[in-house]
Amino acid sequence: MLEIRDLRATAGDKEILRGINLTVNPGEVHAVMGPNGSGKSTLAQVLAGHPAYRVTNGSVSYDGKDLLDMEPEERAQAGVFLAFQYPVEIPGVSNAYFLRAAYNEIRKAKGLEEIDSMDFIDLLEEKLRVVEWGPEIMSRAVNSGFSGGEKKRNEILQLAVLEPRLAVLDETDSGLDIDALRIVAAGVNKLRSPDRSFVVVTHYQRLLNYIIPDFVHVLSNGRIAMSGGKDLALELEAKGYEWVEAAAAAPAGAGA
Amino acid sequence: MSEAVLQDLDIRAGAAIADGPEWLEPVRRAAADRFAVIGFPAARDEEWRFTPIAPITRGIWRPSPGVAARVPADRLAPFIFGQAEWSTLVFVNGAYSEALSRVMDLPRGVLVGSLAEALRGDGAVLRAHLTRHAPMEGSSFTALNTAGFRDGGLVHVPAGLDLDRPVHFVYLTTADAEGTAIHPRNLIVVERGAHASVIESYVTLVPDAVYWTNPVTEVAAAAGSWLEHTRIQRESERAHHVALTQVDQQRDSHYRSFSMAMGGALARHNLHVRLNDENIETLMYGLYLTRGEQVVDNHTAIFHDQPNCRSWEVYKGVLDDRSRAVFNGKVFVRPEAQKTDAKQTNRNLLLSDWAKVNTKPQLEIFADDVKCTHGATVGRLDDVALFYARSRGVPKEAAERLLTYAFAAEVIEEVALEPVRNELDRLVLSRLEAQRGGGAAGQG
Repeated sequence: MLEIRDLRATAGDKEILRGINLTVNPGEVHAVMGPNGSGKSTLAQVLAGHPAYRVTNGSVSYDGKDLLDMEPEERAQAGVFLAFQYPVEIPGVSNAYFLRAAYNEIRKAKGLEEIDSMDFIDLLEEKLRVVEWGPEIMSRAVNSGFSGGEKKRNEILQLAVLEPRLAVLDETDSGLDIDALRIVAAGVNKLRSPDRSFVVVTHYQRLLNYIIPDFVHVLSNGRIAMSGGKDLALELEAKGYEWVEAAAAAPAGAGA
Repeated sequence: MSEAVLQDLDIRAGAAIADGPEWLEPVRRAAADRFAVIGFPAARDEEWRFTPIAPITRGIWRPSPGVAARVPADRLAPFIFGQAEWSTLVFVNGAYSEALSRVMDLPRGVLVGSLAEALRGDGAVLRAHLTRHAPMEGSSFTALNTAGFRDGGLVHVPAGLDLDRPVHFVYLTTADAEGTAIHPRNLIVVERGAHASVIESYVTLVPDAVYWTNPVTEVAAAAGSWLEHTRIQRESERAHHVALTQVDQQRDSHYRSFSMAMGGALARHNLHVRLNDENIETLMYGLYLTRGEQVVDNHTAIFHDQPNCRSWEVYKGVLDDRSRAVFNGKVFVRPEAQKTDAKQTNRNLLLSDWAKVNTKPQLEIFADDVKCTHGATVGRLDDVALFYARSRGVPKEAAERLLTYAFAAEVIEEVALEPVRNELDRLVLSRLEAQRGGGAAGQG
């Protein structure tokens, strides 16, 4: 469903992605790991269409469509979702209002009728359970004054409501205490399905104890330096990122 | 020249000056004399530096017709909100319309009605308060209003009473207002320990009519009283509106103001609040939405005369096209006003490259043990927030509207009365849809 070919992207004058190749099939969970500055968050944001990055080369095809040619909202309407590393606070608009606006835009794009606020409340009730929340959170302004953990839970709630086919989680574990991590990870696991794929960007192996990936990729210096199964994450935890960087510097063919 | 203005407005020889009780006449004459001397503010006047009043001062204005034009109730309906049990006083081109007004059952002793009518009876309340709060010495516009006002809204809530049903003053202009000057005069007196909510609306049936509204509202908030005072200014976008709200607060009182401005070619609101005693709380919120070549000006002044008072002020503006906003926020803290806690914020959102803001906090603090802060910002929509909304499927234009609405809604939330909040929300949303290409439905 997602085919990334030789993707290069810059922020300002700096090239951050330097030739990414990645294929994600329906239902798969891919973990993307790497040290700070390796480009993993950039990859996540480029997939969602963040305007701060410029794609200079390569292609991304999503369901056979050219993802890079689509506006951020078109990507979302087509089923791509990015859980932000730093969710944005929007004082003045309630969580319920924002989420219903997004939900209805996606329905409209699919040619479906908009849902009214009463029916939306019913739908929310079920989705709130995914992140073990009560309805109070919906009347608070979007992420405004939320704790770090609440913001990440809110991202997963949005994921649950918007039901994307490709969910990209950008360091969803950062800044979470162990309880919040468990809730967030459990939420993600509830949302796994044979036709929904995940790209889980994370710095630490910790999250992958809860969200078991099918594949693990390690980014180094804007490229995938190593790929493997879920055990690769454990090996990384033991040996550190230097090990990957050393392996990546070794002659071609030595990698996976 | 000033004398000519008084003549044109029929203030010298006309009925207005002699109208009403005996004690008022010398006050009105003094006000007319005052205006004759000072005239309109000069272009170099610091208080009016950014306010282009030439269209008012160079215009030739006729007095507004003294009787209310007939307006079918259904034409008034779009401007009415809230609940059926609210009292509504309707003034058509400045004159009280009994047919359109509706005064509901009131607690015993509460006075809600037309000022002109009350003046025929000359109550003690009028004698004690009318023209006693708004100083005409320094202001041409107040002097002119004092000399020439014919009618306005009156609310008097006696001690200890809770007027739980809000009162709405609606100033409506029709085609007959073209070329006229209207001087509404409102008086709101909330006695010791009493509660009230009053809304002032300035609206029009003729969106391109040229007229000039010059209202003065005096507010007396006695010890321990609570008052929410909302002002919704939606004049014709070719009209001029220069208003003063003058508030006197006594010990332990709570006054909260919300000033919404979206109409007028030139619209200025002066809000002056004097804190005459201790332990007073004053909340001043404002929102202005401008477009085209509108100029909207808010001058606020808060006088911390006594210790242990708190004032909190947030004004926000959304500016489009070539419009301009002026904000001047004065905070005076006298030497005896120790433990003053005053905070002032003015935030502006520019939707166009040509919109402009002149914002100026002006703090004059003569006490040393105080907490006074101020801040002003002028900016655009946040790119990251915009991306966030778009990444959730909301198209660019709708996302811009959503975030603009959010910016405005944050201050609307501070209004205590829910139906007022809802009405303000509705006004913001409908303005944003008109402005930004026909709303979400237009996205196809």
